[in-house]
Amino acid sequence: MSSALPVTLTVNGETLTRLVEPRETLADFLRRDLGLTGTHAGCEMGVCGACLVMLDGAPVHACLTFAVQADGAEIATVEGLTENGVLADLQHAFHQRNALQCGFCTPGMLVSAQGLLARTALPSRAEIRDALSGNYCRCTGYEAIVDAIETVARRRAAGETAAPFMEEPA
Amino acid sequence: MKARAFDYARPASVAEALTAFEQADGDASYIAGGQSLVPALALRLQAPARLVDIAHIAELRGIAVEEGWLRLGALTRHVELHDHPLVATHAPLLALAAPHVAHPAIRNRGTLGGSVALADPAAEFPAMLLAMDAEMEITGPEGSRRVPAGDFFQDLYQTALEPGELLVALHIPAAGPGHRCAFDEIARRRGDYALAGCGVMLTMPGDIVDEARIACLAVGSTPLRARAAEAALIGRRLDPDSIRKAQSALADDLDPPDDAEVPAAMRLHLARVLLGRLLGGMAEAA
Ligand SMILES: Cc1cc2nc3c(=O)[nH]c(=O)nc-3n(C[C@H](O)[C@H](O)[C@H](O)COP(=O)(O)OP(=O)(O)OC[C@H]3O[C@@H](n4cnc5c(N)ncnc54)[C@H](O)[C@@H]3O)c2cc1C
Ligand code: FES
Ligand code: FES
Repeated sequence: MSSALPVTLTVNGETLTRLVEPRETLADFLRRDLGLTGTHAGCEMGVCGACLVMLDGAPVHACLTFAVQADGAEIATVEGLTENGVLADLQHAFHQRNALQCGFCTPGMLVSAQGLLARTALPSRAEIRDALSGNYCRCTGYEAIVDAIETVARRRAAGETAAPFMEEPA
Repeated sequence: MKARAFDYARPASVAEALTAFEQADGDASYIAGGQSLVPALALRLQAPARLVDIAHIAELRGIAVEEGWLRLGALTRHVELHDHPLVATHAPLLALAAPHVAHPAIRNRGTLGGSVALADPAAEFPAMLLAMDAEMEITGPEGSRRVPAGDFFQDLYQTALEPGELLVALHIPAAGPGHRCAFDEIARRRGDYALAGCGVMLTMPGDIVDEARIACLAVGSTPLRARAAEAALIGRRLDPDSIRKAQSALADDLDPPDDAEVPAAMRLHLARVLLGRLLGGMAEAA
């Protein structure tokens, strides 16, 4: 039988050690063990992109990584990337352009978009679509998402920054 | 969609990895990037008692040119093949194919060794290694050996790797000057496994083709070298006539699977279209 193993990793800036079963995915670890439910679990086989997180600064599928494999790694989830303001301009642009409806795909879309803009400052629309090829959205039809990311790319290239994203008061 | 329970070993060296595998009495799997293995475990297509995580073994890393060969450690990630200047210079077919392999996040974790060990006939890198006459460096309990790509890919998901053996590195004859390369594929959606794909490498110091290497993917049970199409080009100018001859020669080279969704004739047609586009583009650029 497989017994739980100690895993030490940094999640959203906080280093922690937990006992995990080897078969537990990073997605389940974040959601169940740490309560970080912003990382969504959809297909759990690498197809839909809802589970994307930053691992050592690059987008990876939390459903295609076992938590034990992330020992020593630095993870950032949509919660952490919201708190530190990294995604603020993307979140504003998604909000303004109605680039989300049910929101299930949104954490993964934001992580993909952030990963793309880190590698390519001013991607073409085709490049944006390419970068989102592994992110499924069942609601928006993608056009608004591509618009939002294109807008942010231009704003970032022009040196604009945004205030941290806050939910509007009800 | 959850994997069956397994135990987990994380060796720090190749020797430790071989031992960790052996101790599981044949019921183990190596895991590198996990981008093919984890879905297979989640779907319970595989359920080994032990995973041996090779991702932290330094001997399996590194990109370097040694005595005319480009050595790519088995753990070289897809994204590194896309970005690394030594790959762009010496194995351009891998760099050209990289953007077509899966999606960005999968390319951040997936490894060349994993793609080669899996040997999916629709995978891009195995076919490009075949085109470049790469050699696979393998280590196992019996010692080490190098297997040419042509002997490595044996059948559907079947390679020269024996159970428990590790792919350590890929060795590619460093491309000299005068090489021209092109790659393209047709997939239903970007990032999906291709319906057909093709990579071409030509040595053309003047306007006559000296050497031609063509490999295709998703048109047989293994990646395939298109020797007849190559022969149709060698010693010839790259013109509409030689290109047409190479396209028709593909019928002798390929053995596409016949399934209800994608008939064999359609895959052959797609491979011909791709080869025509690639060679046409290369003729224009010449
Ligand atoms: C949605 C999706 C789309 C994809 N699309 C494509 C695509 O279009 N084209 C494509 O080529 N691939 C595609 N892939 C697969 C991807 O490229 C994988 O990363 C790759 O096939 C395997 O690499 P890995 O390091 O993740 O291997 P793993 O998943 O870790 O391992 C795969 C197999 O290889 C064995 N193995 C790994 N490393 C070694 C080694 N060094 N020695 C011996 N055995 C080893 C493992 O035991 C396992 O059996 C896709 C994957 C997903 C999830
Ligand atoms: S849940 Fe990970 S890709 Fe769908
Ligand atoms: S907003 Fe509903 S899936 Fe994208």
